[in-house]
Amino acid sequence: MAEAQNIPAGSTTAGSIAVAAESTVATRMSAPPSFDVADFPVPHGREEEWRFTPLDRLRGLHDGTAVATGDGVKVVVEAPAGVTVETVGRDDARLGRAGAPVDRVAAQAYSSFRQASVVTVAKEAVLTEPVRIAVHGQGGVAYGHQVVELGAFAEAVVVIDHTGDAVLAANVEYILGDGAKLTVVSVQDWDEDAVHVGQHNALVGRDASFKSVVVTFGGDLVRLHPRVAYAGPGGEAELFGLYFTDRNQHQEHRLLVDHNTPHCKSNVAYKGALQGDGAHAVWIGDVLIQAAAEGTDTYEMNRNLVLTDGARVDSVPNLEIETGEIVGAGHASATGRFDDEQLFYLQSRGIPAEEARRLVVRGFFAELVQQIGLPDVEARLLDKIEAELEASV
Amino acid sequence: MATLEIRDLHVSVEADNATKEILKGVDLTVKQGETHAIMGPNGSGKSTLAYSLAGHPKYTITSGTVTLDGEDVLEMSVDERARAGLFLAMQYPVEIPGVSVSNFLRTSATAVRGEAPKLRTWVKEVKETMAGLQMDPAFAERNVNEGFSGGEKKRHEILQLELLKPKVAILDETDSGLDVDALRIVSEGVNRVRESGEVGTLLITHYTRILRYIKPDFVHVFANGRIAESGGAELADKLENEGYEAYVKGGAASGANSGGAAA
Repeated sequence: MAEAQNIPAGSTTAGSIAVAAESTVATRMSAPPSFDVADFPVPHGREEEWRFTPLDRLRGLHDGTAVATGDGVKVVVEAPAGVTVETVGRDDARLGRAGAPVDRVAAQAYSSFRQASVVTVAKEAVLTEPVRIAVHGQGGVAYGHQVVELGAFAEAVVVIDHTGDAVLAANVEYILGDGAKLTVVSVQDWDEDAVHVGQHNALVGRDASFKSVVVTFGGDLVRLHPRVAYAGPGGEAELFGLYFTDRNQHQEHRLLVDHNTPHCKSNVAYKGALQGDGAHAVWIGDVLIQAAAEGTDTYEMNRNLVLTDGARVDSVPNLEIETGEIVGAGHASATGRFDDEQLFYLQSRGIPAEEARRLVVRGFFAELVQQIGLPDVEARLLDKIEAELEASV
Repeated sequence: MATLEIRDLHVSVEADNATKEILKGVDLTVKQGETHAIMGPNGSGKSTLAYSLAGHPKYTITSGTVTLDGEDVLEMSVDERARAGLFLAMQYPVEIPGVSVSNFLRTSATAVRGEAPKLRTWVKEVKETMAGLQMDPAFAERNVNEGFSGGEKKRHEILQLELLKPKVAILDETDSGLDVDALRIVSEGVNRVRESGEVGTLLITHYTRILRYIKPDFVHVFANGRIAESGGAELADKLENEGYEAYVKGGAASGANSGGAAA
């Protein structure tokens, strides 16, 4: 499909638009969703959902050999007043409502975690401070489960920070009550050996707004499934993502927006920069507009900036439409090399090549960062990009 | 006094797996305070000269020398040339998404001046220079060349010329695509820089129209990769009346000759 490598700036790679009675988004998974790891065969790497992922770098998360250790990750939740933070057992009824695991590692996480963390924002509570969830890897293997639930008309910002070194499979559920507004920033700022695989399911209530910002900088292998479905009409989802893939890093983001309900909106924008031999970014953007989802308005976009030779991007947008009664549906994917003419222009104004490169990368991301709408998060991301550029370009 | 000396410059490009020589021995000396107009028909190599001097990687210098105050320009990287005092106002400046004009100008001025300009005086300097070019202050917050009209791109080029104050300014068809009002505003900007007496100007143009606003000290006719004739401002009047036909014929004839030799 749309496999983009070293394509000049400005060119686009078309994905596929399927108009089908049967969902190819669902059928191209090799097994139906399930909470039980036993329902998924051990992947061999040629399955559609695994073909881009180097299985040998999953450190056993995919074949049952990764056993949880005592020193996996340390999770610290800081929450302002109006928020309930609980640690619950596997049998808690509030777990698993936003969606079932869709691949073997997500199911392994669901089958293996011992305790889950549930963060609840009471209905109509409007938080002025963010909830901060720090997940710090301590070098071991861990399985986790996190639920964030907002009652009706509650408003909250949640920042999840992943740092340190770990082999982690963990799923996150976001459940938004009617009219609730949730912004989640998930930062993957792992040490270079870390492996992190997870599924993030959001269930967006009637007239609720969900905004997700996924930022992946670190790790040896990061593979995330941000997924959205709607529990009622009028819901909105904005999914922003930003990744900076360095030498020998594998960063994979596989999105699904399931328009299962009428009159909902979604907007997906992911941008990545890559540099160095063996840098590999994968972006899968699936949007499904089900027959019942009349009045859907959706757009998805992925842009990649390849800064050096030896980096690879696989970008696959996939839009599947089962009803024609929609407001709009579009997608775009483009992978460009750092443009020599831009470099020449900046250099001809006295700016040294490295600084010119930084200026362009900063600009490339700034366009996306400016859409986030949270000044402190924006400033932090720009600082992070700056640090990434200082360290490597 | 700053002097740009071009001696027997030969330049070629790679096109369709073949090497094509475009400049075939250019000799030219531009001194501080002088304005040289380089005029010539399309395809004569005028722009190649401009981009070769600035160091565009597409062009290969096969022989000859270029020095600025005795320093070897051809040994310098593109940014080193700019910091040494060369400036090229481009005919088709590229868009740089996400980089604001104000950020770009300040980064560039910092590089060329060797230190960051003091913020307060810099803001004033940019504002006044933009006002002189009749540019809206909001322009500074737009991304470099993104969505600019042809006239806005040229004003932006001249804005940089005024702020960077080079020793030698090469203006590549800055007049093309401008209406009379824009041409006048842009020319006034160039003249402000010239009046300092500290810049040597190489004005590359297809038309004589801009020479009504910017008076050249010397006019050179460029044809077939070299300077075919040099003179004073009066040479432009001759071109205005007679066109480039006399020069183009020579080029066409030599083309026919080489074709004959191949056969």
